Amino acid sequence: MNYTFIALVENKPGVLNRVASLFRRRNFNIESLAVGRTENPEVSRMTVVVDCPNGDMDAHKIEANLYKLVNVIDVHDVTHQPSVTRDLALIKVRVGPEKRGEVNNLAAIFRARIVDVAADSVIVEATGTEEKIEGMVELLRPLGIVEMVRTGQIAMTRGANSGIRRMPGMDDYNYEDDYAVAEMAP
Amino acid sequence: MKKTGAEILWECVVREGVEVVFGYPGGANMPIYDAMLMYPVHHVLVRHEQGAAHMADGYARASGKVGVAMATSGPGATNLVTGIATAMMDSSPVVFITGQVAAHLIGGDAFQETDVTGITLPITKHNYLVTRADEIAEVVTEAFYIARSGRPGPVLIDICKNAQVEQAEFAYPDDVKLPGYQPRARAPQADLEQAVRLIEKAKRPVILAGHGVLVSGAEETLTHFAVKTQTPVASTLLGLGAFPASHELSLGMMGMHGEVHTNLAIQNADLILALGMRFDDRVTGNLKTYAPKAKKIHVEIDPSEVHKNVHVDVPLVGDLKNVLSDLIPMVDEYDHEEWKNQINEWKSEADTRSIMNWPNDGKLYVPHLIHDLWEATGGGAIITTDVGQHQMWTAQYYAQEKPNRWITSGGAGTMGFGLPSAIGAWFANKDQEIWAVAGDGGFQMTQAELTTAVQEGANVKVAIMNNNFLGMVRQWQEFFFEKRYSAVNMLTPDFVKVAEAHGVPARRVTRPEDVNEAIQWARKTPGPVVLEFRVEREDAVYPMVPAGASLDQMLQRPARAEK
Repeated sequence: MNYTFIALVENKPGVLNRVASLFRRRNFNIESLAVGRTENPEVSRMTVVVDCPNGDMDAHKIEANLYKLVNVIDVHDVTHQPSVTRDLALIKVRVGPEKRGEVNNLAAIFRARIVDVAADSVIVEATGTEEKIEGMVELLRPLGIVEMVRTGQIAMTRGANSGIRRMPGMDDYNYEDDYAVAEMAP
Repeated sequence: MKKTGAEILWECVVREGVEVVFGYPGGANMPIYDAMLMYPVHHVLVRHEQGAAHMADGYARASGKVGVAMATSGPGATNLVTGIATAMMDSSPVVFITGQVAAHLIGGDAFQETDVTGITLPITKHNYLVTRADEIAEVVTEAFYIARSGRPGPVLIDICKNAQVEQAEFAYPDDVKLPGYQPRARAPQADLEQAVRLIEKAKRPVILAGHGVLVSGAEETLTHFAVKTQTPVASTLLGLGAFPASHELSLGMMGMHGEVHTNLAIQNADLILALGMRFDDRVTGNLKTYAPKAKKIHVEIDPSEVHKNVHVDVPLVGDLKNVLSDLIPMVDEYDHEEWKNQINEWKSEADTRSIMNWPNDGKLYVPHLIHDLWEATGGGAIITTDVGQHQMWTAQYYAQEKPNRWITSGGAGTMGFGLPSAIGAWFANKDQEIWAVAGDGGFQMTQAELTTAVQEGANVKVAIMNNNFLGMVRQWQEFFFEKRYSAVNMLTPDFVKVAEAHGVPARRVTRPEDVNEAIQWARKTPGPVVLEFRVEREDAVYPMVPAGASLDQMLQRPARAEK
């Protein structure tokens, strides 16, 4: 299944390459990766969605390996935490004036917006969870999607919650988890 | 005060306590070499940059200090790559300093430009591309700190030529600012208590001592812990020397070419205490059947090693010496008599097959030779090796009593490591007797460094085990490929003449009765010496766990057919 990690990293050249290279080298498949600045100019924030076929076992490996990178400051797993996740998509649909109304109606249902109108196409901007955007894309597809771009998922936990930190030795680490993990071992 | 980037580099390197560097100059690091003349640093000119990397690695392992190797851009830097990977796999603290083309030329395929930080990204603990002189002080200080702290490893600094020449204000940084790099010193109390509960219940415990024991300087703490709990200690290849081989609790080496009783002890243990080791496939055999009855405690400073290959019950992440010291007062004394007797029984059974009991049949066997070398040197020499059969035999028969005298490429398995790492080790410890044990294949890979040894007067003795085969590959072909020998039959040059052409005294030994005299002659002869031993061609290393087999499915040395 897909796991979502938030990684705070030093805002330095090459850090994205280090993170991406790590996933390649350790044979993990990135589903999406979004990077941007944070409230602190020295820190960038990455939201990484990774396929973890072995569940928490893989999640542990990913976190531990991310920490091996000198520029990685903090990693937590928000997969199972109450959190807000958003993906932004721009979708160009091939419609002339006669079908614009149909697109408009669909957009309204998904709380999306039409941000550009040309003679034979419109661009729809949609934000939301991945599922919501997938749903909208499926409905727009019969109308003829010309191109689409998505930012990849970004995530933030709700309230005072933070994600899980699986690193042994971390303050909020619970050794009981290791029994659970050992039980799951193949 | 303003200084050039090259001067700032040396100011920082000297402050790190570096007295010797290994390297090779070229177009992109000439300002560094020019500035070097003003600083109290001895430079060893190698014959190939791989040699510099292995020398710095050997120096680091013998001294416990950070080794330094240097090369120019492009081919100079890429020639370091094998040595960097070797240091990475064996957690060896080495700082590599490479020259790079000027910053404004980067990306333009300039002469001798190579993306060295890109190439070395996965084989360094960390690396830096420096484009400005005012970055150098901070980067060098960080690089040395990262290389030697936590789980040590290689750090590469790629310095653009303009940054070497340009001037900057020099201020030595008081400390390093690395918010994301904080190796853990101690394991949490709750985890320690959990480990103690497992130790209390154990009836058949085994300690697996790895390289981390040596890196952490925890040899005495380990002995204290093992004696108090009467727990037998098995060693990984790189952990040899962490626990005295002659100690009654010592089980010797584990794994693919480990002792029979050692592997049986691991497979039958009910508790494994893995200390500073990473459950390499050469140590575990088939993971599905590995130590099936054992609860596992893993003491390790690198959290990414926890649960990586073997799923453990209690991970203790922290510095090994601290963790063991914290555990000692928490555990009771035990005797474990029954368990120790069982292991001794396995040992006596296995010993009957030992090649050491074979009578002299006029042939040279490497195990006998290594035993002779061990006796002649009182077991006290620093031993470096190449990779292959001779490496395993040396691990088996040169019993290590003390730490940091056993220098071998374990994780990477790099042929050609023996001679250069011995030269590096000599710079760390010039009063110590040093032997490089090599095979005929590996020796030829870096034999050019013999001249380096002569130029530096390095007192290293080289013992070549020449069977005119790539012996370990031949052994695998014999066992697993129906003896279809493919590309293993190797013509060798006249090693005595090769050595003499380099100005190195040398002898060839073909008969067992000449071995001791030759070793003594080499020991008495000052400076580098080469001994070539013409050994039995088709001997095999036993015991052996075939790759992928269970750890207790060992091939043992066949009983000797009587003539």
